Amino acid sequence: MYDKLIFEISKSGRIGYSFPKTTIEEKAFLDEKYLRKTSPLLPEVTELDVVRHYTNLSKKNYGVDEGFYPLGSCTMKYNPKINEEVASLPGFTGLHPLQPAETAQGALEIYYETSKMLSLLTGMAEFSFSPFAGAHGEATGLMIMKEYFLRKGDYKRNKVIVPDSAHGTNPASASVCGFEIIEVESTPEGIVDPKKLKEVLNDEVAGMMLTNPNTLGIFEKDILEISRLLRENGSLLYYDGANLNALLGLSRPGDMGFDIMHINLHKTFSTPHGGGGPGSGPVGVVEKLVPYLPNPRIQKVGTKFELREYESSIGRVSGFYGNFLVVVKAYAYLLSLGKENVKNVAYLSVLNANYIKEKLKDDYKLPITGPCMHEVVFDGLRSGKATTLEVAKRLLDYGYHPPTIYFPLLFSQSLMIEPTEVESKETLDGFIEVMKKIAREAEEAPELLKEAPHTTVVTRLDEVKAARSPIIKYRDLK
Amino acid sequence: MMYKYFPHTEADLKEMLKNIGVDSVTDLFSDLPEAVIYQGELDLPKAHSEIELREKMRELAEKNKQLIAFRGAGSYDVYTPAVIPALTSRQEFLTSYTPYQPEISQGTLQYIFEFQSLITELTNLDISNASVYDGATATMEAMFMATAQTRRNKVLISSALNPLVIEVLKTYARFRNLELKFISNDELRTSKEDLLEKLDESVAAVIIQNPNFFGVIEDAEAIVNAIHTNKSLLIMNVDPSTLAVLKTPGEIGADIACGDGQTLGIPKSFGGPYVGFIAATEKLLRKMPGRICGITTDTKGRRGFVLTLQAREQHIRREKANSNICSNQSLMALHTTIYMSLLGKEGLVAAAKRAYYNAHYLERKLLETGKFERVSSQPFFKEFVLKTDLDISKFNQYLIEKGFLSGLDLSCYGPNFKGCILFCATEVRTQAEIDEFIKTVEAYHV
Amino acid sequence: MSKVLENLLYTKSHEWCLVEGDVAIIGISDYAQDSLGSVVYLEVGEVGDQVKQFSEFGAVESVKAASDLLAPVSGEIIEINEEVIDNPELINSDPYGAWIIKVKLDDEKELDSLLDAQGYRDILE
Repeated sequence: MYDKLIFEISKSGRIGYSFPKTTIEEKAFLDEKYLRKTSPLLPEVTELDVVRHYTNLSKKNYGVDEGFYPLGSCTMKYNPKINEEVASLPGFTGLHPLQPAETAQGALEIYYETSKMLSLLTGMAEFSFSPFAGAHGEATGLMIMKEYFLRKGDYKRNKVIVPDSAHGTNPASASVCGFEIIEVESTPEGIVDPKKLKEVLNDEVAGMMLTNPNTLGIFEKDILEISRLLRENGSLLYYDGANLNALLGLSRPGDMGFDIMHINLHKTFSTPHGGGGPGSGPVGVVEKLVPYLPNPRIQKVGTKFELREYESSIGRVSGFYGNFLVVVKAYAYLLSLGKENVKNVAYLSVLNANYIKEKLKDDYKLPITGPCMHEVVFDGLRSGKATTLEVAKRLLDYGYHPPTIYFPLLFSQSLMIEPTEVESKETLDGFIEVMKKIAREAEEAPELLKEAPHTTVVTRLDEVKAARSPIIKYRDLK
Repeated sequence: MMYKYFPHTEADLKEMLKNIGVDSVTDLFSDLPEAVIYQGELDLPKAHSEIELREKMRELAEKNKQLIAFRGAGSYDVYTPAVIPALTSRQEFLTSYTPYQPEISQGTLQYIFEFQSLITELTNLDISNASVYDGATATMEAMFMATAQTRRNKVLISSALNPLVIEVLKTYARFRNLELKFISNDELRTSKEDLLEKLDESVAAVIIQNPNFFGVIEDAEAIVNAIHTNKSLLIMNVDPSTLAVLKTPGEIGADIACGDGQTLGIPKSFGGPYVGFIAATEKLLRKMPGRICGITTDTKGRRGFVLTLQAREQHIRREKANSNICSNQSLMALHTTIYMSLLGKEGLVAAAKRAYYNAHYLERKLLETGKFERVSSQPFFKEFVLKTDLDISKFNQYLIEKGFLSGLDLSCYGPNFKGCILFCATEVRTQAEIDEFIKTVEAYHV
Repeated sequence: MSKVLENLLYTKSHEWCLVEGDVAIIGISDYAQDSLGSVVYLEVGEVGDQVKQFSEFGAVESVKAASDLLAPVSGEIIEINEEVIDNPELINSDPYGAWIIKVKLDDEKELDSLLDAQGYRDILE
């Protein structure tokens, strides 16, 4: 198996680039005192070296294009190739963010129209694409929440409620904005109990962050009651859009009483995950909160699009306008789906998850019965003969990316499966068969799981060693 | 119901519904209150076939004007080698998830390790992370690393920092009750005197940019000792493409280096996606936000890569995490890693020098037109400020019509900047382009 | 079944405390090290710092978790166990031997708010 770092295939005297010959005279350079004295350890490789190196590295990865990725909460759906093509048009990639608005009308139109479409789908009034990812969108949304109260002269509201099932970014984002967290306990069915919520509501609560369906894939059936309680308390309700796939075109957060939300374009709207980004986490708000959206906002004046800054805004949250090319991909996906197909995203993703639920519930513990939405959470093997970690690692041997493990934190052996609407019955059946096989292996030949994975390029890695004595750059190896 | 991204046939639906034990898919939504089910049809565009989509996108792209850029100010015209998109569009890189299951993500983890290594080499610091969103948010994260480390609440910021970066810092600082104070500049360079005057025991960090927003090269060495004596941190926002030649943050003694990797081969893209980076000294390791990749061994003793020190991050620390960052700009980190590998030791120096000489040639030629004069005698790298009596917006508009994106009008930054333009020439500008630009400038009559 | 030593006092947050005269020697319990998994890092303040009962005086990290260390008593940190800071795995192998800090007691009465061995065992059930 290829096992070299780019530095290790480097050889002095090799180059991998070409520039045109310059005709500009290279006179005196900067004074010595401004120049670096130490020589950096940089690669010296040919173009072919680079191509082979990264091609070989890529073979050690696993993408959605090659197989099923049932990661709960991540919505690993197919990334359409036409989106890649259109996002690489020079008319988009060659634009300077500070060129005059009149020369970037196509780009501004994409932002404007995408905001309109997302607003229609979610019941919000306007979206900002400044946030680069979901967590960034959360922090931005919470800043809007805080700004709303500050402008009203209400300085007491410094607390935000999150359910104990919340994704880690929720409380982390609240902290980033200077809020304190109050955690509210879920019911045994995994949803928010309005009675428990009432107990923690007071005039210090700015708002609550909720995902719906929640991180267990269950619809918060008391959502109208929850939003009413918060409204009566003078608080706002924030929607974490990570699970929007279950409701797309069918039900809108705005209609449930949410005031602010973010969407993960790299989840619901098919933009590629890229190994960890770039994503995009646009933040949307209801009419009364629009003045607080980050600067600049894209406005339509007559037939022209403009970038405008508002004094009421929370300010800028990114250097320019967010991950534009990612938004282009989401825009293309929305046009491709169109009004005819949008609802089926919800119908089919929920159908797929329930199918898996039914087929695996005999082998895996189902802590919450009743229909799930687009994802299902199991609490490990019914037999308890192996841990969720061991099941996950054994799945790797069968060529599958494991589901999300150990999240949500409510169950000690959480295994969260989200099949998305693009997966066929054959794909699901294949996965189900392997999961059942692993459940049997746990009983009959548990070492297969305990030492898994066996067939991947590396076996289980020593994470303790990596944390105790971190080696995080090439120089540490020399 | 047939659509190319939905595989369910009528037979599939029937079988699956039977297995689940419901009559129709809508039964699965029975938990939803009536009031939240959207009635009617959403007024979205109709579904576009691929052919229609291509046409539509082509139309939109053509509504944007492609210009030859003599403007930088945070986004630079760079050369993107063909190898880069060929590699980054590989499905194993493009469509894979965050490497939480390291055994099938060694490709991603290794390029993150290489990215971290290259960033530490360029900045000459001890540690780096797997990327953050952009240069502005990287500077924001660096600011909070410093306040967390020193437990102090005030930050001094050079007024020669990119104004858009300053805007982002202001937004975050306000919500966390951080006090920001600005250091004045002298001939477009951060004023040492003003800095010394403002340093006090409540200052967590001093942030400067090098080269700064005006293109000027700062004299960071002159201020670092005073900053450290004050037990504050020095944060430098830097352009990584210049670090192959410029004195590094590490050599200067900075504690944190941050910035945007856009200048490492990423197209201007109307502002994103770019890639932010943060590098720091060893002792700030646990304050470093975001993902970090480390080397370890597997059960057979083979070398492997894993995300490490995850106990700092949001999914473990939750509200106690230093940052909420989850997804970063991973694929863009790969993009710049390939760029740095292709150009390598020699190429990064060659590109930096070329930008320097191009910008100095441009400056000389602009001065020769007689329409501009210098504002500062300080050394600059690839951007510089000139002053003019011309009406800048009319002048710039004329140049746009001729296909050029001229320098940035700085008048909006205050009375001191009336008539000032921030010009830029990167390594991709040719002498022919510059000469054509100059000819067009010369031909401009009020 | 995790080990609980008789002669120690405990907090609900799984720190233990041994009192010798007016000095409290502090560490974390067997249950704590077991739940954390392999400890990779330990961070505490400095000698001379004032700690407050039940307030944070540092943090302990494993690969999959991080936990604040809460002081069983108030007082000044008079000694830090550098050996454990440099070799945090000692906390796993010998949680009751690998003390973390020594604190000069401000107020003996605070010891009454701590759990004795049986009291601690009870909460572990």
